Amino acid sequence: MSGPSDYQPSNPALQWIERRLPIFGLIHSSFVAYPTPRNLNYWWTFGAILSFMLGVQILTGVILAMHYTPNADLAFKSVELIVRDVNYGWLLRNMHAVGASMFFVAVYVHMFRGLYYGSYKEPREVLWILGVIIYLLMMATGFMGYVLPWGQMSFWGATVITNLFSAIPYVGESIVTLLWGGYSVGNPTLNRFFSLHYLLPFVIAGVVVLHVWALHVAGQNNPDGVEPKTEKDTVPFTPHATIKDMFGVACFMLLYAWFIFYMPNYLGDADNYIPANPGVTPPHIVPEWYYLPFYAILRSIPNKLAGVIAMFGAIIILAFLPWLDSARTKSSKYRPLAKQFFWIFVVVCILLGYLGAQPPEGIYVIAGRVLTVCYFAYFLIVLPLLARIEKPRPVPNSISDAVLAKTGSRSTPMVSTAIALALAGSLFAGSIDSAKASEGSDTPPANKWSFSGPFGKFDRGALQRGLKVYKEVCANCHGLSYVAFRNLAEAGGPGYSVAQAAAFASEYKVKDGPNDAGDMFERPGRPADYFPSPFPNEQAARAANGGAAPPDLSLITKARSYKRGFPWFVFDFFTQYQEQGPDYVAAVLQGYEEKAPEGVTIPEGSYYNKYFPGHAIKMPKPLSDGQVTFDDGAPATVAQYAKDVTTFLMWTAEPHMEARKRLGFQVFVFLIIFAGLMYFTKKKVWADSH
Amino acid sequence: MNPDASTIAAGAPIEVDLSPIAEGQDIKVFWRGKPIYISHRTKKQIDEARAVNVASLPDPQSDEARVKSGHEQWLVVIGICTHLGCIPIAHEGSYDGFFCPCHGSQYDSSGRIRQGPAPANLPVPPYQFVSDTKIQIG
Ligand code: FES
Repeated sequence: MSGPSDYQPSNPALQWIERRLPIFGLIHSSFVAYPTPRNLNYWWTFGAILSFMLGVQILTGVILAMHYTPNADLAFKSVELIVRDVNYGWLLRNMHAVGASMFFVAVYVHMFRGLYYGSYKEPREVLWILGVIIYLLMMATGFMGYVLPWGQMSFWGATVITNLFSAIPYVGESIVTLLWGGYSVGNPTLNRFFSLHYLLPFVIAGVVVLHVWALHVAGQNNPDGVEPKTEKDTVPFTPHATIKDMFGVACFMLLYAWFIFYMPNYLGDADNYIPANPGVTPPHIVPEWYYLPFYAILRSIPNKLAGVIAMFGAIIILAFLPWLDSARTKSSKYRPLAKQFFWIFVVVCILLGYLGAQPPEGIYVIAGRVLTVCYFAYFLIVLPLLARIEKPRPVPNSISDAVLAKTGSRSTPMVSTAIALALAGSLFAGSIDSAKASEGSDTPPANKWSFSGPFGKFDRGALQRGLKVYKEVCANCHGLSYVAFRNLAEAGGPGYSVAQAAAFASEYKVKDGPNDAGDMFERPGRPADYFPSPFPNEQAARAANGGAAPPDLSLITKARSYKRGFPWFVFDFFTQYQEQGPDYVAAVLQGYEEKAPEGVTIPEGSYYNKYFPGHAIKMPKPLSDGQVTFDDGAPATVAQYAKDVTTFLMWTAEPHMEARKRLGFQVFVFLIIFAGLMYFTKKKVWADSH
Repeated sequence: MNPDASTIAAGAPIEVDLSPIAEGQDIKVFWRGKPIYISHRTKKQIDEARAVNVASLPDPQSDEARVKSGHEQWLVVIGICTHLGCIPIAHEGSYDGFFCPCHGSQYDSSGRIRQGPAPANLPVPPYQFVSDTKIQIG
């Protein structure tokens, strides 16, 4: 397993190097000849998947950093420009953002795997603790990465998380100032987070090396939890484990690609498409999904310091697992009670995650407290107790015995899973009912959009009509500052020619300068110019519109959403429903009513809108029948206007959507074939090992 | 990694004119990147703030200690929730004061914590009255 390798390269040049630096021997003994237990199942491929994800994140991250500007005024825009103008920038950004989530999916599976099969037990304690360190570093890296786009959630997430340290008595406040580099989250904070976000992945890579080293010294655990004794118990790493890992990675990439190409925003928050505003806190601050269980623990404790301690404690406790669970039998396969409790614990974690995303009121707070107690009870009571009272089933003598005796003992985990899931289901159902009762506002009706689904395309006619509606109506108050006139002639857009786009641009007056005399002047627009904004600055926009600045519309269909709730967000994953934003925008445009219904009072200067949260909207009814005439004979109705302008705004929010879906299809065809090949190769390689 | 010289310099005192703020209204100004609420309290709000039993509060402090005498109608507080730093919304919640949307802390019309996870009252920034209608913060 370790120690000097007897590997001798045959090539003289390699021999020359090997005598001075035995690197090939190291590689050979670690990844080729390394004996790996015969009975590993697919849960063991997640180590390889994680290494792959780390590689992807570092690679895409380095390229993104070449285009990103870490400045509070420019960061949000620079991310948009990456997505819009950099070659395949949208792909890089999606890969990196979704990649972070996928990294955590894999790490959670990997951790639960370790928990179930007792991979933290003697002699693998250090291996496990290194894993916990990697996990902590990942959380820090993920958090700082989420701050970089400098949207509303980035900013307020950073505020809330850095403020956690202010709970420390006496020195807390100074620590927070030190983290911020100022009196609040601001430009210095962004700069240091960028620097650290670039640094930490390499630290992770370093600890991963230690992790793998420790693994190769202690040897891999396996589903039966008995150490390999003879040659018969193991197979060489290459080709056996290599090909199996390749197949695992290929399958995982299918999931990864599903998000990258078809639902890149499913795991994110719509609020992060609104630029950071230090003056307004969004109504629900939610961290990224992978922190939700810990966030739920934080919030369920009514005392600030205790909440922070509990949250960090929930992670740190993992490092003590080898000593909390002193049972001799490693694998839960042979521990009937531990197995049941393991599944209950999984459900507790998932439910905590669900609660972390809910508003902190009523039943959610109580459920959060109960589950927090369950979480800690698992580590502090259940595991130590089980080690004393549980009677484990006899473990096989050796791995090869276990492989030979493999019978249909599959039913037991199924039963406990079913029980656990039923429990989760009923709890879920309970919480949804109360959620429904508390909301009571209309959900926007779902429309049929030409751009939905895996093969969706924009309707060119609708884009052109929508542009006309924007130009004649919306543009009086709303900017479109991320869209340039040249975009109108780009593939996947409204389908204008370059000359048409130039002619369109020249109808606009654009401010330029200063000229040689030092004066600003106006000139006709050029294709490279961006749509001019109707107001010179936000204050002017605010003053002219009764205190509410009309938002820029470039990203509006991605920046608005409504709550889908359970179970819809689960179905959405399969149906690729991604059109909450457009549905909401179209609904608001048509949701005006002359008179507010009984019992709703609308303040002076606001209007009643059925779909606007809170119902009092500052924008007067923007569209009325016959307001804009279309050249192509489409009906001049509000419904038509709303639909067309929303389609147009979906395009402005994501001009490369068609390219994304097209490439997605090609990638899927490739990945499915690749995974199939890997599967059959793996079968062949393993044919006589099972 | 502490704040650099320019950040510190930008944190110098500012003056705010109070005359445009009508009774029952409030404004938000920024000082050192922090939102400062200046509210022109109504008689009702002042009475409510003074009627509570100070000893029963989570962070006991009398309303008199939180405003300048002779200017009882003016409440000046840093609008940063003492829990985890969100900006509370003025004129919301059940105490005629502030409500924090993040984790549900409620402050009364004197900016004192009444309910929720926040441990302390909204802090009063250093300020003084330069004239009857003008204050200097910082
Ligand atoms: S930040 Fe205000 S309640 Fe948590």
